[in-house]
Amino acid sequence: MKTNDVILQTTSKVVFFIIILFAIHLFFAGHYHPGGGFVGGLMTSGALVLLLLAFDIKTVAKGFPIDYKILIGIGLLFAIGTAAGALVFNVPFFTHVFGDVYLPIFGETSLHTAMLFDLGVYLVVIGVTMTIIQTIGESE
Amino acid sequence: MEILMSIVIGALFASSVYLMLSKSLLRIIIGTGLLSHGAHLLIITMGGLKRGAAPLLGEKAASYVDPLPQALILTAIVISFGVTALFLVLAYRAYQELGTDNMDEMRGNEAND
Amino acid sequence: MINLLVLPLLIPLVTAALLIFLPKSIRVQRAVSVVSAIGTLAASIVLLLTVKDNGIQTVNVGSWDAPFGITLVSDTLSALLVTTSSLITLSVILYSFRSIGEARERFYYYPIVQFLLVGVNGAFTTGDIFNLFVFFEVMLMASYVLIVIGGTKIQLRESIKYILVNVISSALFVIAVAMLYSVVGSLNMADISQRIAQIGSLPILTVIAVLFLIVFGLKGAIFPLYFWLPGSYYAPPVPVLALFGSLLTKVGVYSILRSYSLFFYHDQAFTHELLGILAIITIIVGCIGAIAYWDVKKIIIYNIIIAVGVLTFGISVATEESYMGTVFYTIHDMIVKAALFLLIGVMIKITGTNDLRKMGGLMKKYPLLGWTFLVAAFALAGIPPLSGFVGKLLIVRGGLAEGAYVGSLIVLLSSLVVLYSVIKIFMNGFWKAPKDYPGEENQPVLSLWAPGALLVLASILYGVGAEVMYPIISQATDALVHPAIYIDAVLKE
Repeated sequence: MKTNDVILQTTSKVVFFIIILFAIHLFFAGHYHPGGGFVGGLMTSGALVLLLLAFDIKTVAKGFPIDYKILIGIGLLFAIGTAAGALVFNVPFFTHVFGDVYLPIFGETSLHTAMLFDLGVYLVVIGVTMTIIQTIGESE
Repeated sequence: MEILMSIVIGALFASSVYLMLSKSLLRIIIGTGLLSHGAHLLIITMGGLKRGAAPLLGEKAASYVDPLPQALILTAIVISFGVTALFLVLAYRAYQELGTDNMDEMRGNEAND
Repeated sequence: MINLLVLPLLIPLVTAALLIFLPKSIRVQRAVSVVSAIGTLAASIVLLLTVKDNGIQTVNVGSWDAPFGITLVSDTLSALLVTTSSLITLSVILYSFRSIGEARERFYYYPIVQFLLVGVNGAFTTGDIFNLFVFFEVMLMASYVLIVIGGTKIQLRESIKYILVNVISSALFVIAVAMLYSVVGSLNMADISQRIAQIGSLPILTVIAVLFLIVFGLKGAIFPLYFWLPGSYYAPPVPVLALFGSLLTKVGVYSILRSYSLFFYHDQAFTHELLGILAIITIIVGCIGAIAYWDVKKIIIYNIIIAVGVLTFGISVATEESYMGTVFYTIHDMIVKAALFLLIGVMIKITGTNDLRKMGGLMKKYPLLGWTFLVAAFALAGIPPLSGFVGKLLIVRGGLAEGAYVGSLIVLLSSLVVLYSVIKIFMNGFWKAPKDYPGEENQPVLSLWAPGALLVLASILYGVGAEVMYPIISQATDALVHPAIYIDAVLKE
């Protein structure tokens, strides 16, 4: 397939970062506003798919030398670890803690262990989506 | 509003049944997608349709929407996303391996294992 | 430790996540899988003993109180089932070492088996109807991958039908839950039971009960909904088949048992009658299939359907005796079915064929395998003092006491058919003139035989030790006959 996609390639290089930033914003918004790990993860993988469309699998794999299946494992461990942390403190499984903490740069910040769980979800979603897309895409 | 939703759900179910009864694998997968959309719409209708309030019981909320159906839908959507993705991958592999996406040609019982 | 009942779910889940990192090192995968399966088994035995001594254990996940959050509930029944599934998974993993093949092992076979165990144990443990759906999906997702792993043509073809059937049944499950929620306004099973008891038997509840029967019946393969099972279960290799045949259908049966004893018991004249009729037809259909085929896999697969019929008949009678028989028989059938599948797997490995007519004379070279198979076959048919006898006796006695003569008679007659079908395998496979099979010397028969023998041993102990098991089983039955015990434990009133 020889088509001229200079415009697509140039714009997607810029748009990619905008999407990633927005995905991260969505991820952090998740706790008190609409957003969260699932949507953030989907949007991040959307950005990666855009790159796959503009370039090809080999180029993208060179830029992001990640095995997405490993990402699933890391994400799962994050999610399970957050839930299983309750076992250490002998409170019911999945119990979360939260509180307002003063951090040097951010000032007064509301921290929640659910965010760690959400990080796990985020990684799993990216891992699963990209694995599926690569599986279908690779054989072409 | 509930009546309109019921009609929409019925239309979704009808078209999904029609699609799932066809022979092409891709149509069948789209049919399952529509079926789960219908089911999700059904949950939110069954939870009671309301307007103008968030699904949260705040400290001073005068009214609120039942958050449970929304949580259920979110879970169900994620699950059907996963299943559909897996189904698509599998259908693609089957198409490559068997050389057909016609369900009629996938009949048979013989083993080769 | 209040989280004890989470351990049989958590251990396989963590193992599965860890194993994703090591797809290449098969030895490590095997070692980790076995260690974790033993750990799961140990945790579930501890759980069973705790439940036996201290009553029903519950965990309100995330510290959300009972009717609002998700509650995990472990009563004696679910602890028993969890223990049995952990035992079966352990032996299947041991069997897989020498039979599943490196290609499948590299392709995440072991983590997916662990995910399957998470789903099965979760479905047995949860006390929330929507959470049951989620665990069903975990289990199904794992089964989708297991059925297609290896990617032979027949597997691809059958897996598509299997997924399609299950996607439709999942959608029906969501619809049924939505309708139930709109009527009773709760998802906690104990709370649902209480609320249904308050509003009495509305016609819509009967509709919902039948809708749930369709959903669980598709999973458990009762009469009109069993059509997918013989084809789909035939496709995957033997260890996967053993997991599916012993665990997945029983999850469906357990869900029927739980929902029909805990909250859909108000319109028994309709729902339980319907269940009884379907159960009888299921037994008959299974019997026809079990007699008709000469393929060893098919014969045992149709025996699954017979067993599901017998179990649902026990549920439909709904007396203390029949429930006790059902619980007894469920555990027995899970163990013996897995054992039989593993043993015929060894036969298929030796002879290189599924066809009984091409087998024969295995007894001369493999007497140990032959006698183990015979014991498992007798146990399946329910010959005393083996484990199938007590369960079937209780189910039949319960049926006769309630005046369900036709059903009881058919359950009894089905035992003869079961005996005939498994003895047919024995006569044709182990008796007759010995034959030579190409490549039989290379098969690690002893290490393939051992896991099956382990399960047969468990089955013998279960049958001979029926006296010891009796108090535990009757405790499990109590919670089924008197829903108040379950409700009080969950809602802590």
